[in-house]
Amino acid sequence: MAGHFEAVPGGGAAVALDEVEVSILRSLTVQLLELIGPGEEPEADADPLAALFAEGPSKPPADPALRRLFPDAYGDDTEELRAAAADFRRYTENDLRARKREDALVVVRALDGLDTEPEESVLLKLTPDESRAWLGTLNDLRLTIATRLEITEDEESERLYRLPDSDPRKPMVMAYLWLGALQESLIETLMS
Amino acid sequence: MSIAPIEIERTESAEEVSAVVEPDVPWVTLVHNDPVNLMSYVTYVFQAYFGYSKDKAHKLMLDVHNKGRAVVSSGTREEMERDVQAMHGYGLWATLTQDRG
Repeated sequence: MAGHFEAVPGGGAAVALDEVEVSILRSLTVQLLELIGPGEEPEADADPLAALFAEGPSKPPADPALRRLFPDAYGDDTEELRAAAADFRRYTENDLRARKREDALVVVRALDGLDTEPEESVLLKLTPDESRAWLGTLNDLRLTIATRLEITEDEESERLYRLPDSDPRKPMVMAYLWLGALQESLIETLMS
Repeated sequence: MSIAPIEIERTESAEEVSAVVEPDVPWVTLVHNDPVNLMSYVTYVFQAYFGYSKDKAHKLMLDVHNKGRAVVSSGTREEMERDVQAMHGYGLWATLTQDRG
C-alpha cells in the first residue's frame, strides 16, 4: 500500500490504487455512510418546504464515533451551555450529516468509476472539488477508526504503531496509517 | 487563552490584550487538540476556511497542539456558531465560548 496522491497540472490530484486498495476504501466508506445514516429525513411524499424547517436531534449521538463527528458546540459546565449546545445541534446536525454523506458518496462514485483489473493498479483522477470531498471523507474515516481503536491521546497512537502482527487490531491500525498517508499526500496537492 | 487571533503573534500581557478586544464582540471559537487530525490538515483548514496566511495558520495549529487548544477566531455569537459549524464540518473539535478577557 504505497500509493500516494500527486498534484495534476492544471488542478486536481491523482493516485494509483490497486484492486485491494479500491476494495478497502470502498468498504470503509460504505460503512461510514451506514454509520452517518440517512438522518431524520422526511418521507418522500412530505411537503418539501417542511424539510427546510425540520429540526434535527437535540441530544449527542450515543455512538462514540458519531459523537466525535458531531461534537457539542458549547462546553457542558452549566445548564445554560448544555441548552445552547442542544439548540445548536437541533439546527445544524442534519445539515452536517448531509454534507458528510455527500462527500462520502463522491468517494464511492469515483471508486465505482474505476476499471479495476486483478493484480494491476488503476489511476484515480480527482478534480479540485472531488479532492476536497475526498479530503473530508478520509478525515472522517480516520476519526471513526481512531474512536474504534480508542486513540484518545497522542501517546496511544504511537503505541498502536508497534502492535505485534498477532494483535486483532493490527489490520485496522494498518488501514488507519494508510489512510493517514493518503490524506497527507492529498493535502500536499491542495496546498501546492 | 483569550487572545483574539489578530493579536496572536504579539506578546503583550493578558491585560494589555484584553484592552483591545471590542466589548461588543465577546465570543471566540476554540479549536481543541486531538490525537487524530494531522498537523498539516489542521493548518490546511485554518488557511482554507479563515483565509489565514500559511505562517499564521501554522502557528495556530502549533498552539492547538502544544497548549491543548487555541482561539482561532472572534466575533459575534452568530459568527462564532458559523465558524464552529464549519470546523465540525472539517472534523476539527471546536467549541464557542464567551471571551471573558
